[in-house]
Amino acid sequence: MHASTVRSLLVRGMLAGLVAGLFAFAVAYVVGEPPVNGSIAVEEAQAAAQETHAGHGAAAGAEAAEEEEEAVSRPVQSTFGLATGVLVYGVALGGIAALAFSFALGRVGRFGPRATAALTAAAAFTTVYLVPFLKYPATPPAVGNPDTIGKRTTLFFLMILLSVLLGLAAVIIGRRLAPRLGNWNATLAAAAGFLVVTAVAFVLLPANDDAVQAGFPAALLWEFRLASLAVQAVLWAVFGVVFGVLAQKVLAGRTAAADARATAGAPLPG
Amino acid sequence: MAEAVVSAAVSAPSEAVPAPLPVSAVLPWAFFVGLLALVALYFVGAEQGATSLIAGSDVHEWVHDGRHLLGFPCH
Repeated sequence: MHASTVRSLLVRGMLAGLVAGLFAFAVAYVVGEPPVNGSIAVEEAQAAAQETHAGHGAAAGAEAAEEEEEAVSRPVQSTFGLATGVLVYGVALGGIAALAFSFALGRVGRFGPRATAALTAAAAFTTVYLVPFLKYPATPPAVGNPDTIGKRTTLFFLMILLSVLLGLAAVIIGRRLAPRLGNWNATLAAAAGFLVVTAVAFVLLPANDDAVQAGFPAALLWEFRLASLAVQAVLWAVFGVVFGVLAQKVLAGRTAAADARATAGAPLPG
Repeated sequence: MAEAVVSAAVSAPSEAVPAPLPVSAVLPWAFFVGLLALVALYFVGAEQGATSLIAGSDVHEWVHDGRHLLGFPCH
């Protein structure tokens, strides 16, 4: 009975993730593709300049040669490729978020299904994307040294893991403090603790190795990073709202069925 | 009488607080589906970048734009 509820929530979480992914894809296509194309244009212009200026940079030639040979054309990358990435991301994280919701439901305070879904989505956006983004921001094509991809990827995933664990710890500690401090102060204390430990981690972890090449347009970099933020914000906002409605229906059905059984099995006296 | 009406109004919020689902019911789903989801995220976020299970760069090139815009280090 409970297992089937969890399964229903999981399926709806993945569906909500798919819907959210469609919205996020629309944003990524409209807002994100222009700066991606702009960055690729900068990259090509720099490569061409390096070729004409022979002797300008000895090591640069090998790097430029490595970049070439597109296996997938740009029109495919920016449509089907982009959609694949964003939709798989949405469905996978929708499933994980639905499971997190199943744990959180009824355990994080007096919140109904829709509020719990919204809080789960906000927490996922913050810990899975926003906090790692602030330390290791998204980089457009042409920014980023291919030699350091291993280190950068490790640090990025480490940062996600760390902020998710810190977020979990903050929720658990906040719940423990609630009886003593009251809900409001306990929430503030837990949030402050999360911010302080995150700030310390930002200071201690190695800096971003992405060397933004001299001459890369700052406005283009900003536009790209803002687009990345918008894609993720829309993804999680849509997920939170859609999944909240779906979860509400699943759980309302469950409560109604339980009530019906209870009434039929043990009629109230008098 | 008036008290009963008030307490009924207070105890019937617009959205009732649901009972927690038992952890034992969530855990199996969390383990198996969580694992599958992480594998899917790996292919979107990292395959043929820092690490490579499949030879070539087709996966990388296919999800290239999504990887950049979702915030993953790409290349």
